[in-house]
Amino acid sequence: MKNCYINGMGCVSAQKTFESGFLEEIHLNETENVLFAQQPSYKEIIPPAAIRRMAKGVKMGIYASTQALKEANLEQPGAIITGTGMGCTEDSEKFLKAILDNKEEFLTPTSFIQSTHNTVGAQIALGLQCKNYNFTYVNGAVSLESALIDATMQIGNAEIDSALVGGIDETAAHTIEMFQLNNSIKKEEDKPYRVIGSHSKGVVFSEGAVFFALENRQTETSYAQIRDVFTQNILNPNQAQAFITDFLTQNDTTIDQVDAVVLGYNGDAGFDHFYDAAGSVFEGIPQLYYKHLSGEYNTASAFGLWMASHIMKNQEIPAVVSINDCRKEHYDTILLYNQYQGKDHSLILLTKC
Amino acid sequence: MDALKQELKSKIIEVLNLEDVAVEDINDNDALFGDGLGLDSIDALELIVLLDKEYGIKLTDPKEGKTIFQSIETMAAYITANRTK
Amino acid sequence: MNKKVAITGMGIISSIGKTVEENFTALTEGKSGISTIENLETIHKEVIKVGEIKITNPELEQLLGLSPDNNFSRTAMLGAYAAKQAIENAGIVDMNEYRTGLISSTSVGGMDMTERYFYDYFEDESVQKYITAHDAGDSSHKIAEYIGLTGFVSTISTACSSAANAIMMGARMIQAGKLDRVIVGGTDALAKFTINGFKTLMILSDTYNTPFDNNRKGLNLGEAAAFLVLESEEMVQQQHKKVLGYVSGFGNANDAYHQTASSENGEGAFLAMQKALKIANLQPSDIDYINAHGTATPNNDLSEGRALIRIFGENTPEFSSTKAFTGHTLAAAAAIEAVYSILALEHGVVFPNMNFKTPMEEFDLVPQTTLKTKKINHVLSNSFGFGGNCSTVIFSKN
Repeated sequence: MKNCYINGMGCVSAQKTFESGFLEEIHLNETENVLFAQQPSYKEIIPPAAIRRMAKGVKMGIYASTQALKEANLEQPGAIITGTGMGCTEDSEKFLKAILDNKEEFLTPTSFIQSTHNTVGAQIALGLQCKNYNFTYVNGAVSLESALIDATMQIGNAEIDSALVGGIDETAAHTIEMFQLNNSIKKEEDKPYRVIGSHSKGVVFSEGAVFFALENRQTETSYAQIRDVFTQNILNPNQAQAFITDFLTQNDTTIDQVDAVVLGYNGDAGFDHFYDAAGSVFEGIPQLYYKHLSGEYNTASAFGLWMASHIMKNQEIPAVVSINDCRKEHYDTILLYNQYQGKDHSLILLTKC
Repeated sequence: MDALKQELKSKIIEVLNLEDVAVEDINDNDALFGDGLGLDSIDALELIVLLDKEYGIKLTDPKEGKTIFQSIETMAAYITANRTK
Repeated sequence: MNKKVAITGMGIISSIGKTVEENFTALTEGKSGISTIENLETIHKEVIKVGEIKITNPELEQLLGLSPDNNFSRTAMLGAYAAKQAIENAGIVDMNEYRTGLISSTSVGGMDMTERYFYDYFEDESVQKYITAHDAGDSSHKIAEYIGLTGFVSTISTACSSAANAIMMGARMIQAGKLDRVIVGGTDALAKFTINGFKTLMILSDTYNTPFDNNRKGLNLGEAAAFLVLESEEMVQQQHKKVLGYVSGFGNANDAYHQTASSENGEGAFLAMQKALKIANLQPSDIDYINAHGTATPNNDLSEGRALIRIFGENTPEFSSTKAFTGHTLAAAAAIEAVYSILALEHGVVFPNMNFKTPMEEFDLVPQTTLKTKKINHVLSNSFGFGGNCSTVIFSKN
């Protein structure tokens, strides 16, 4: 079995993460229930002929993937594997609205073409002229994790030497309104929106694109090794602890060996008890969170992985992401746990290179 | 005819979202596809809808577009001869 | 040497039947499922033909025994129906006795409900339950819930090659020892969204689709769902399972040519077939039947034909597209065609490429137009999607 290393990353998020550096400039927003991604300038990396058709998600994806490949000094990944929970919602909405509003007349193809879930992966391939394996996973909060399982399996099996893996989700106006309607998004009266210690239902919704350049070899730019990724569709709250300990056992890791655990708390009082249960396994161990920075969306866990990878490389935890006061001398093993609305539970185990 | 050509240029820029292109940049005889303005097959489909929506001309075969959409000149001539609105 | 991946069950619902047997009968008797739309309101009703399943949503709910407050999209219902058949066919009683996964695929997920209630959501509280049924993953969660599966559940969406990729991922997970068995396939319901989408691309035929014919006018859309149960060789031996066939090879490549169109020389298709043959450790001459993608669009059939010639030379084995029977069922296409490929192996038959009259002027490829009986050991199935996504799966008897 070959190992799988994260050798490059790119991150477009609600924070100013698109440049290099790690959470140097943080903006905590507790008054808005939708956080939009900070947009970099795209003109330098996307030709005008292509950019004119691209919705935000595609642009964010191309930007983040370019950064990841550049950092890893990788030109042609052995595979391009993306994950997206909602897909290209902006263009889906645009096309659907046109159908309904114009009674199926005078429709043009561009937004339909761009609405396909694999648009981002396909356009990256087109830009790189990369004819290799190209997959897109679309399973809610385990979309990115499915992509990681696929990539680590193929790298482990020596079928490929490298893979470009990323999670992308974009916001779109009508979808936001629908999520407000069914209370998936927090209400105005629940302000200020806190992620830890929240008593209100729903989440602060957001968007972003995070890409990882994975390789079977350790290099100067390596952040961490992805030891294992595991997902499960549903879980009873009382199974959460066993879910985690079984996973650690399978990876010959004891609870004491975990130096930090990254929990996907999103402030939804209806479901955050899964994280409370998970956290109780790790008494005295640094517990971290990130969705107060990134907001919640189906592939927000990619932001968590991006953060954990930086912590592993820097061997330092920024105070802004700490749930407790615990610190360790070394961060050699980090576990990430995420779920959304009690579904799509995932675990990622990272170890130091 | 000149007014139609101007109208076509600004509509093409708008419909195809050609952000960096101005009406003055397009000459009447410039090739719209390939080396000229650089439009592609997806744009051709957009232009077919433009003909239908604005001028009441229905094309059923996308191949017909090839000759019609050669330049602003050919497009304007075709529209003038075939428009129903 | 790769571990063997056995197929122990399959289930299907398409416009030519709601069981494997009904589909087989229609294929052998030349009964097409292409018709005029009944279950969907669209202004294109009279101008296009589709492969529609003539079962309404309330009827489907009843067939599945769903409670009135359910929020299954049509996509989820079709998927649940086919998946249930597949697990019954595989003789699975206790769903979670072994590490069992579900990898489904869909192109538009619950769009059939979203397009119906897009504006109504804001006025009618009773339909708001469908808001969460929109995303692709929801259809897979519903299927998992319906068959009582707890474990690995994922969904792939790479347009019209989706289900082939679900089969591929499932086979890989079995080979890697991550799962003991996995239910793989795809589901897509007809939607105004896709009908109008393909209409804007001007690749919908106004009559019955004619794959590989020189005068082909485009595709007919269809709806369907199909699932296979894949199991490891250890599981098969342990449980003395009947094996319908094996997934012996698979390959995915990207054409990297255009957002929707296939390249003129069929590069992506060529690479996908090449990879699949390599993994299966087979020569092109070992393939006995090709279930082609053959959508009957001018672009696909030319590109795929050229790729076939690049792999097989002018002497291609018998090939046919079954889309004249079912229409193009998008993400489900590779799943229903996997079922047809396995039926071809099982019964030793090549299904006819219906509606073919005139060979294409670009090459001498002529599909098999009548039902043909022959010994079949290996079937190669192609599926290609938007974004240059090209996939090939090879099914073998042993």
